[in-house]
Amino acid sequence: MSRNRTFLLIGLAVALVIAGVISFYASSSPDGLEYTAGEKGFLDSARDSGTAGSPLADYGVAGVDNERLSVGLAGIIGVLIVLLLATLLTTVLKGRRTREDTEQNATSDTRSDS
Amino acid sequence: MHVPDGFLTAPVSVATGVVAAGGVAYAIRGARSELDEKTAPMAGLVAAFVFATQMINFPVGAGTSGHLMGGVLAAVLVGPYTGALCVTVVLIVQGLLFADGGLTALGTNIVLMALVTALGGWLIFRGLVKTLPKNRGGLLTASGIAALLSVPLAALVFVALYVVGGAVGIDLGALTATMLGVHVLIGLGEAAITVAVVGAVLSARPDLVYGARHLTTELTLRSSKAAS
Repeated sequence: MSRNRTFLLIGLAVALVIAGVISFYASSSPDGLEYTAGEKGFLDSARDSGTAGSPLADYGVAGVDNERLSVGLAGIIGVLIVLLLATLLTTVLKGRRTREDTEQNATSDTRSDS
Repeated sequence: MHVPDGFLTAPVSVATGVVAAGGVAYAIRGARSELDEKTAPMAGLVAAFVFATQMINFPVGAGTSGHLMGGVLAAVLVGPYTGALCVTVVLIVQGLLFADGGLTALGTNIVLMALVTALGGWLIFRGLVKTLPKNRGGLLTASGIAALLSVPLAALVFVALYVVGGAVGIDLGALTATMLGVHVLIGLGEAAITVAVVGAVLSARPDLVYGARHLTTELTLRSSKAAS
């Protein structure tokens, strides 16, 4: 189990560095769809999202003026929220199944971890 | 490829919303057989990693960029159904909190970037795995090709949606050519990132790669046969 935890912590650290630090250096050019929309003349039909006023809109934290800090913080907050929600979802889904075959899992887990 | 509000007409957005809801329900059913003590936390990490990596737009030629969609990456690491759910969580958080991708377009984005890439990409991956050598190289090749193809595949589905309910009438051939051209380039980036990450996890913890289970199963079968 601890081997799994080490792997998860390293993976999370990598995700936090990507979202918190490297994200600042991402290209700000329009993406493939935006580019196509611009070329083909339907970019103007895009409307602002209903959440455009969100304090995290466009990957920045409202009120944080330093751009590097703003993007990095938004990235870290996003990673943690996604981690929490996705883990909750998969844990709930797993729980529904493992109640039926807990014993099977327990034996196979100890075998593969040893 | 986050579709903003307004690109597609309301009826098409409603229809993709219904398809997305059905697809997610289908993925929830399928994910139960993929998830166990080990894969559930791994899936949480995969979703967080996809969110982080989607922030990194890489340039793909003059004035254009793209980022990982992550459907094939997630599918190979934690299974197609769980993978589709991972990307869905990412898209919901992006749409609700980060104003990335429209709210009425959320269903469209889930169809394109979670369902088409993870489930469609997985079918391509499985087909390739059957024909390629059953080893690390074969698995990574299958992951890379599936990742590469998943991006133009999603682009084609967008074009199909636009034909049905695009806000502005435009030439279909030209739209297809531009969308495909740009997204094949983005697909190369998708393939590079997918191969790098699957390769890294395969080196560290091959037992955590869902798409490599056919390799470990063969080994387990062989060793248990020898034991009995």
